[in-house]
Amino acid sequence: MIWLTWRQNRAQLVTAGAAVAVVAVAAGWTGRRLADLVTTTDTGYDLLTPADIALFFAGVVMLAVVPGLVGAFWGAPMVAHEMETGTYRLVWNQSVTRTRWLATRLGLTALAAAAVTGLLSLAVTWWAGPIDGVVGARTGSLPTRLTPVTFAMRGVVPVAYTLFALVLGVVIGAVVRRTVPAMAITLGLFLAVQIAVPLWVRPHLATPADLTVTMDISTFDGLSRSGLDGPITLTAQPSDRGDWVLSNTTVDAAGAAVELPPWFAECVAPPGGPPRERAAAEGKGPLASCLARLGAEGYRQRLVYQPANRFWTLQWRESALFVLAAGGLAAVGLWWVRVRLS
Amino acid sequence: MTAVVRAEGLGKRYRRRWALADCELEIPAGGVTGLVGPNGAGKTTLLLLAVGLIRPTAGTIEVCGGRPGSDPAQLAKVGFVAQDTPTYARLTVADHLRLGARLNPRWDEAAARSRLDRLGLDPAQRAGRLSGGQRAQLALTLGLAKRPELLILDEPVANLDPMARRDFLQVLMEAVAEHELTVVLSSHLVSDLERICDRVVVLVDSHVHLEGEVETLLASHHRLTGARRDPARLPAGQHVVSERHTERQSTFIVRTDEPILDPAWTVGQLDLEDLVLAYMERPVPPPTAGRAAVGPALEVIR
Repeated sequence: MIWLTWRQNRAQLVTAGAAVAVVAVAAGWTGRRLADLVTTTDTGYDLLTPADIALFFAGVVMLAVVPGLVGAFWGAPMVAHEMETGTYRLVWNQSVTRTRWLATRLGLTALAAAAVTGLLSLAVTWWAGPIDGVVGARTGSLPTRLTPVTFAMRGVVPVAYTLFALVLGVVIGAVVRRTVPAMAITLGLFLAVQIAVPLWVRPHLATPADLTVTMDISTFDGLSRSGLDGPITLTAQPSDRGDWVLSNTTVDAAGAAVELPPWFAECVAPPGGPPRERAAAEGKGPLASCLARLGAEGYRQRLVYQPANRFWTLQWRESALFVLAAGGLAAVGLWWVRVRLS
Repeated sequence: MTAVVRAEGLGKRYRRRWALADCELEIPAGGVTGLVGPNGAGKTTLLLLAVGLIRPTAGTIEVCGGRPGSDPAQLAKVGFVAQDTPTYARLTVADHLRLGARLNPRWDEAAARSRLDRLGLDPAQRAGRLSGGQRAQLALTLGLAKRPELLILDEPVANLDPMARRDFLQVLMEAVAEHELTVVLSSHLVSDLERICDRVVVLVDSHVHLEGEVETLLASHHRLTGARRDPARLPAGQHVVSERHTERQSTFIVRTDEPILDPAWTVGQLDLEDLVLAYMERPVPPPTAGRAAVGPALEVIR
């Protein structure tokens, strides 16, 4: 069975291995400079070239799509292609039960897929480590590693995603029995999971921290207005730039979420005048006094967030969740192939 | 007589359609048994059940003393050449042999190699580039080299040209002669079956309409042609299988163990195809009545 698995997948495996090697070499070649660069300054973003930034996001995109591709191209055809071409009638009549047939193929492919994504994630995590979340002196920054933009493209989570996508593909292939529809459904479902998890699951993997601050220039982060005449909302800075802020709301003295008082809009941006946030942030404009008045009236800013130091806690918890889901799906797949496909 | 395949009340339902229902069947060990019947009679379903690729919805089937496909030992006992003889298009002929060698404990590598040599199959050739006949031969080689007790073939020659068909059946017959192998094969080409089968089973709409040894069956069936006559007036020992009447003439196919003595009849010999067609055309009786009607007939045949 091991030989057959290898024989049926060697072309894909060699391709994947070559791709990993290319990525590793490219990361090693371009990454050493970054490590040196950032230790010299606090505002490393200003030293990054457009190519560095492009590579940063290329790494994000790569690790975002690799699990789905593994699910679609390694997972979905595993059973579906045998059903489609009729070869299941050949291979399931050798002296090997189909449970063992699927367990071996799935197990070995999972090992290979985990190795491929593990190495890719290692390369990207190492490469981006020095510049995750760097800021510039005046403008510009890269996302910190806890934000949804990069969290699932760092550390161990990509491996768990890949295992899940692989098994998902196998099960869908076994149910649908046709390769191309199974691939499409796998990609679609996995994309839905990738969107749903940061929105609704990851925030709850650990009880979020909760912080209420009095607004002043040092805690002020920004103002935004929805639409031309919509209400103004205020955001406070988290205590650590690496924190993942889940909600940033203004509360009154009793702690209930409220809108800003009507006078605030006129206070920070008098009619006719341009917004003065920039000047305000530097402590020159009326913002400081507006914020002081807010504080005096009992308004506070409430932050709900995952602190930056929970990165690995969240990584392991999310990985465990996906590996468990993959295990459950694998059991469904084995049962389906043994019972429902007969 | 030990049965190599025994089905009792066997049924298989796909969603709401019964592909096989209430099937009673016994196939003895040894020799070649041909399974014939019209399309949709349930032949493929029956064979898939026998190799364990599908599971019965109702009833039981026992093959070589075990439940089909239940464990590796059971799988090793039964070889299967599926309809359209599937092979891995991207694997070479040699890869297929290696697959067989890796996945089967009783694999007969030497026999497989010499068989492919004789067939002139290039081991480096990809199976996807083989002709239909060559692919069928490769599938047969895999099935035989597994050294099963029972080899099941589902319409193995249906899509082959006459030459390839003859070669295929010849290889099969050699293997049967060489090893103690029981073969069950389905076909709708009765002429092929006549050449190689020792026994025949006619399956119509899930029910066995006829089964027995070809020779015995041919010897005990006759075509009677003569002046028009009511079938009720035939002697008690002559069972009418089919009857056809014109204005003045009657043609009966009858089964009897006694010689035909009535000089009014022109007695004709039947070949297997006539016989099979006669039984296929019989109206399908309702299940319970059907078994009652076929039952005693089978007893007589045995």
